[in-house]
Amino acid sequence: MEKENDEVILLDYWPSMYGMRLRVALAEKEVKYEFKEEVVGGVKSPLLLKMNPIHKKIPVLIHNGKPICESLIAVEYIDEVWKDKSPLLPSDPYQRAQARFWADYIDKKLYAPGRKTWDAKGEEKEEGKKELIKSLKVLELEALGDRPYFGGESFGFVDIAFIGFYSWFYTFETFGNFSMEAECPKLVAWGTRCLQKESVSKSLPDPYKIYEIILTYRKHFGLE
Amino acid sequence: MAENDVKLLGSWPSTFVMRPRIALNIKSVDYDFLEEQIASKGELLLKSNPVYKKIPVLIHYGKPICESLIIVQYIDEYWSSGPSIFPSDPCDRAIARFWACYIDDKWFPLLRRLVVAQGDDAIKAALYPVVEGLVLLEDAFKNCSKGNKFFGGDKIGYVDIALGCFLGWMSVTEKMNNIKLLDEAKIPRLYKWAGDFCADSAVKDVMPETDKLAEAAKALLPKIRADASS
Repeated sequence: MEKENDEVILLDYWPSMYGMRLRVALAEKEVKYEFKEEVVGGVKSPLLLKMNPIHKKIPVLIHNGKPICESLIAVEYIDEVWKDKSPLLPSDPYQRAQARFWADYIDKKLYAPGRKTWDAKGEEKEEGKKELIKSLKVLELEALGDRPYFGGESFGFVDIAFIGFYSWFYTFETFGNFSMEAECPKLVAWGTRCLQKESVSKSLPDPYKIYEIILTYRKHFGLE
Repeated sequence: MAENDVKLLGSWPSTFVMRPRIALNIKSVDYDFLEEQIASKGELLLKSNPVYKKIPVLIHYGKPICESLIIVQYIDEYWSSGPSIFPSDPCDRAIARFWACYIDDKWFPLLRRLVVAQGDDAIKAALYPVVEGLVLLEDAFKNCSKGNKFFGGDKIGYVDIALGCFLGWMSVTEKMNNIKLLDEAKIPRLYKWAGDFCADSAVKDVMPETDKLAEAAKALLPKIRADASS
């Protein structure tokens, strides 16, 4: 239960798909928090280095001075601490295992190839694009199916794990030169459905702004 | 068939397979251990784990659960009346998850590189980061154990299982390459912990003897090397 003097800080960077997980989870639980921006690629702040000395990465959730690192671990923590509102993980152990499996799949199979669509050139970029589309199709078919959410009838852990990637769809498809709608229409429909939730719409940045920042990055590194 | 209809697809030399075996032992759950052949993937494995096609897979009342750490969490949550594998405090649980994640994502790839290394130069280059990681884990042990025998306190917990499963292969690698991983001078706490872990009743029957594992390693290493380079 939230106490009056609960201090919740989120060290995050606005385009981060991992940071978005925590923003959405905290919003689902209606937890007030302070957003402390850490620019990725800039000088790492003393606070980040103190709170995440092992990985030195955002997001970091700081609850009453104690850091929780790794986004999926922090989402489970949020679910356990603020357990009276909007459960994120199902209560059945088998369903929980399935949710953890797909969240882990998202982490293992999507980030690296997704990145190649905008950070690589030539054959490496093409391979990244193929792998991304292949993994997204598995997710669409096996994890989502014909259900409204990955969690089934209600928004849950896997939806939170994936929703940040949705805001990067425009970036992936534009630089990767493919259509997300054509390849994975159900994932696109799912994203649109999730955006109707306030916890999601107020936590996700405008996809075009992500595209713009990546465009700047590409120009800087001579990829354009 | 075991009373609870619990099957575990795996193989005895596999580190990741050891994790659910230890967890099931902690909970005193009987299970059928279905040994997979190394060279070929059986039909049940391909059907139960179509995404990764890898062991371990726990099959409980016909339903498959994949990924060793996810299986361990499932075991802890399903058989919740047995001794707990996770701490109860959410902050301690997050810390346990963090270190298990570090072990799998950061440290294990370094260990694997050492296990497959050939030639003195390659072995020496691969050894240093593994030991560096163990020094970090020694510090983690100090904080998690709070003066007790295990990461989990006075009994084996999640991080013990996550790390301890590698002790057999670490021992084989030490002997094969004449190197030291568990150096008592460098990491005294983990050195002691390794002995306590292997002696624990939940572990001793599933931790392979070094000689038997060394023999199996000779046949397994070519395949591990091939997988590592692909």
